[in-house]
Amino acid sequence: MKEKITDIGELKRIATQVRRDILRMVHYVSSGHPGGSLSCTELLTALYFRVMDQSDDFDMTAKNQDAFFMSNGHISPVLYSVLARRGYFHLDELSSFRKLNSRLQGHPTTHEGLPGIRVSTGSLGQGLSVGVGMALAKKMDRDSGFVFVSTGDGELDEGQIWEAALFAPHHKLDNLIVIVDWNGQQIDGPNDKILNLGDLEGKWRSFGWRVVVTDGNDMESIVRALEEGKTHRGTEIPTVILMRTVMGQGVDFMMGTNAWHGKAPNKEQLERGLAQLEETLGDYVYDENYQSPQHKHA
Amino acid sequence: MHKMNINDIVSTGSKATRDGYGEGIYEAGKRNPNVIAMAADLLGSLKLEEFIEAFPERFVQMGISEANMMGVAAGLATAGKIPFTGTFANFSTGRVYDQIRQSIAYSGKNVKICASHAGLTLGEDGATHQILEDIGLMRMLPGMTVICPVDANQTKQAVLALVDHVGPAYLRFGRPNWPVFTGVDTPFVIGKADRLGSGTDISLFATGLMVWTMVEAAKILESQGISVDVISVPTIKPLDEGMILDSLAKTGCAVVCEEHQLNGGLCDAIAHVAAKNNPTPMEFVAVNDSFGESGKPLDLLKKYGLDADHIVRAAQSVLKRKK
Repeated sequence: MKEKITDIGELKRIATQVRRDILRMVHYVSSGHPGGSLSCTELLTALYFRVMDQSDDFDMTAKNQDAFFMSNGHISPVLYSVLARRGYFHLDELSSFRKLNSRLQGHPTTHEGLPGIRVSTGSLGQGLSVGVGMALAKKMDRDSGFVFVSTGDGELDEGQIWEAALFAPHHKLDNLIVIVDWNGQQIDGPNDKILNLGDLEGKWRSFGWRVVVTDGNDMESIVRALEEGKTHRGTEIPTVILMRTVMGQGVDFMMGTNAWHGKAPNKEQLERGLAQLEETLGDYVYDENYQSPQHKHA
Repeated sequence: MHKMNINDIVSTGSKATRDGYGEGIYEAGKRNPNVIAMAADLLGSLKLEEFIEAFPERFVQMGISEANMMGVAAGLATAGKIPFTGTFANFSTGRVYDQIRQSIAYSGKNVKICASHAGLTLGEDGATHQILEDIGLMRMLPGMTVICPVDANQTKQAVLALVDHVGPAYLRFGRPNWPVFTGVDTPFVIGKADRLGSGTDISLFATGLMVWTMVEAAKILESQGISVDVISVPTIKPLDEGMILDSLAKTGCAVVCEEHQLNGGLCDAIAHVAAKNNPTPMEFVAVNDSFGESGKPLDLLKKYGLDADHIVRAAQSVLKRKK
């Protein structure tokens, strides 16, 4: 199993480097979704480097280990950076993000065989059901692993989310932990103006979930919420963590606005952003012509 | 070569293809511990009682939430299970097309989408429930296997074949009692068409329930002295192009029949193969750009031009066009 990093300071340093990766990845292809990637950086760092039990070699079936499904697939940059830095594939492959013949598609997919990906997501509202399905399979198999699923807050507009939300408590999926990236923004504007989510805590609670509200951009808080979530096996109640975050967290001119949901920084903006983020682990070397040797078309 | 005679094809009884599904999923459950049966509040319609009685822990009741069912199936498959989703064909395809496309097909999940009450023969519930576009929808998806068995026995065998087949698949069957004429233990081979009668004047192709209707029409044509090559095509994708081209080479004209829109299904699939390899005069017996309506199955098939009379007329018409 992959070794876990317990030191919060080290996790924060990883997160800072992941943020640099995110900015550079979207900049080099002038496309992608930095806003939500930056709001979920602590979450993914905490999950992959500390909270989740993961085998050394990727196992699609996740037998007796934890699995993560990113229902909000558009924030692929943060997932790719974290997977690469966790050793799922070579760091240099980040250069191929969103390019022809890449395993790092705009939205994550199993189709190109990238280790670490278990389903194709990005058509919003679908990943939660898939995570629920794996949690159900783990129950059938008396498997020790947990299933984590992230969703956007705007994604909660989708009806399928609430089908899955109804299903999981009925089937007593206490091995399921859902994390909502509650940054309050979606493409067209603030959630409150686009489609008001209302009493989000009350909604999940009334569906039969254990609801935890935490600061998703504070490493200590999100680690605590996730680890605490893993102590509820046997309660027969699934957990949802409503994670208060800031879209664009860590880059001052991107923070708290929907403007950077799906827009890449230009060269000058990239430099301004990187200046706010210390290079803690070393940047990946960008190679414009990088081709993954594992890509089936290569 | 032994000349197969269409008059040797006889019905041994009457049974719904969905009954074959119920028997098949029960047998599949016995054979493979990973088989999971799912239902979206239609377990009785899909004849799942025997499976549930025997394997209660491997039945998943979804409630009326088909989108969630497709996603949960994808998740079960990711964990190594072999989920068979179950609801009406309308709610198995059109209603959840994006869930199938993203979470199952593009994700390469080993999910078997099992769809009852397809087509006009659903009957009295009417056009809201009579999907006639599902074959087209599903065969357009890359990597999707599409199977439409001809009777209850074959439906059971197709379920068993799907247990061993790795990859997403669509299994389409129906509501009404229908003549049974395939062998009770004849194994189903995915991708293989079956020649039911051998002839040289005209080819008839059909899928699903219309195969029996085609057999009836072929007997009428033979009685008129027309030599008919009768081909059952239960797998629409991958299509048995070899068998189809072999038949067209012999006969030089064809009629294709299906309980589906003229667009998108078996008619298009065979016309495409012919256009590319051996352009052949062809007529089609299918629903012509129309919704259905309430009524008894056989009355509906007659009204919408899907009975043996229409096939005979189409055959006579295409024979005149043959060079």
